[in-house]
Amino acid sequence: MSHETDTRRPGDVGPGFMDAAEVSVREGIARYVIGFVLASALTAASFAVLDTSLIWGPGIPVALVVLAIAQIGVHLVFFLHITTAPDNTNNVLALAFGVLIVALVIAGSLWIMAHLNDNLMPMQQMMQMQR
Amino acid sequence: MSTTDAFAGRDPYRIGHGRDWVSTGAGRGYVYATGHGEGGPASKRVIVGYGFWIFLLSDIVMFSAFFAAHAVLQTATAGGPSGRELFNWWSIAIQTACLLASSFTCGLSAVATEARSQIWTQVGLLVTGLLGLAFLVLEGRDFAGMVMQGAGPQRSAFLSPLFAVVGLHGLHVSAGLLWLGTMMAQVFVKGFRADILRRLVCFNLFWHALDIIWVALFTIVYLIGEGR
Repeated sequence: MSHETDTRRPGDVGPGFMDAAEVSVREGIARYVIGFVLASALTAASFAVLDTSLIWGPGIPVALVVLAIAQIGVHLVFFLHITTAPDNTNNVLALAFGVLIVALVIAGSLWIMAHLNDNLMPMQQMMQMQR
Repeated sequence: MSTTDAFAGRDPYRIGHGRDWVSTGAGRGYVYATGHGEGGPASKRVIVGYGFWIFLLSDIVMFSAFFAAHAVLQTATAGGPSGRELFNWWSIAIQTACLLASSFTCGLSAVATEARSQIWTQVGLLVTGLLGLAFLVLEGRDFAGMVMQGAGPQRSAFLSPLFAVVGLHGLHVSAGLLWLGTMMAQVFVKGFRADILRRLVCFNLFWHALDIIWVALFTIVYLIGEGR
C-alpha cells in the first residue's frame, strides 16, 4: 500500500481536487484567486454592513446571514470544488444531508428554547412562591 | 492497466451513466458502465476524499450544537458584559483576514502539489501555517484579555458557550497546525507518493472547512452579537 504508484486518471476526482481533467497550473491558480477575491469582498461587506446606514437597523442581522451564506457558497465552489458534476453527486448529497441536520439542530433549539422561556415563571414570582 | 481502470472516465463512481469516453494507457474508446457494480469499486483516492468529506460534515454538525447553545444564551449576560463591550473589532477583522488568506495559500499549495513542485508545495504550506499561527496568537490574546477583565467563561451563560464555540474552533486550528507540520515533513521525506497525496487532499479539505466554520462564527458570534 505504501509504495503504490499514483494512478490518477481524468475525471477521477473527489472533493478538493481540480474537478476537470488535467487542469493547468494557470487555471488552478486562477480558480483560487477568483474564490479569494469573492470571499474577501463578501467578508469586507459583512464588516462594512455593521456601520452603514444604508440598511434598516433591524435588517442588519438578515443581511449578515445572507452575506455569510453567500461566502460559504463561494468557499464550497472555489476552494472545496463541490460542483454539480456527475462525479460529485455523492458529495453534494452528503452536503445536503449535513445542511438538513444543522438547520434542524439550530432552528429546533431556538424554537424550543424560546417557547420554554415564554412559559417560564418570571424569577421574581418564583422567589415569592418559595418563601 | 486492468480492466476496471477502463471504467474511470467521467463516471468514477460507476453509477452507470451509459456510454463514456475514456483514454487510458491501454487505448482510447467508449466504455459502458452498467450501474450493476461490474466496474468495480471507485478508486481509493475518490473513496478517501468522500470519507473525509463525511467526517467534516459530522464535525460541522457538532459545531451546530455549539452554535445553537450560543444562539439560545446570547442575551443571558446575567448583568455581566455583553459582546458589544468585550469584542475587539480590529483583532477579529485581522483574524478573519489571516484565516481567509491561509485558506487561499493552502489552495495554492494544492495547485503546486498537482504540478508536483516540492518547493512551492512546501512554501504554500509554510505560509498557511504561519497565517494560522498568527490567527491563534490573536485569538489567544483576545481570550486572555477577556479573562483578565473578569469576563471568563464562568461569568455568565452568554460567555460560557462563547468561549466553548470559539475555543472549539481554535482547538481545530491547533490540531490543523500540528497536522500541517507533519504533512510538510512527510512531503519532504517521502515525496509525492500516492498515500501522501491522499493525506494532502484530506488536509486541504480540513483547512478549507475550518475557514467555512469561521465564516459562520464571525458572522453569528461577533458581527450579529456586536450589532445588537
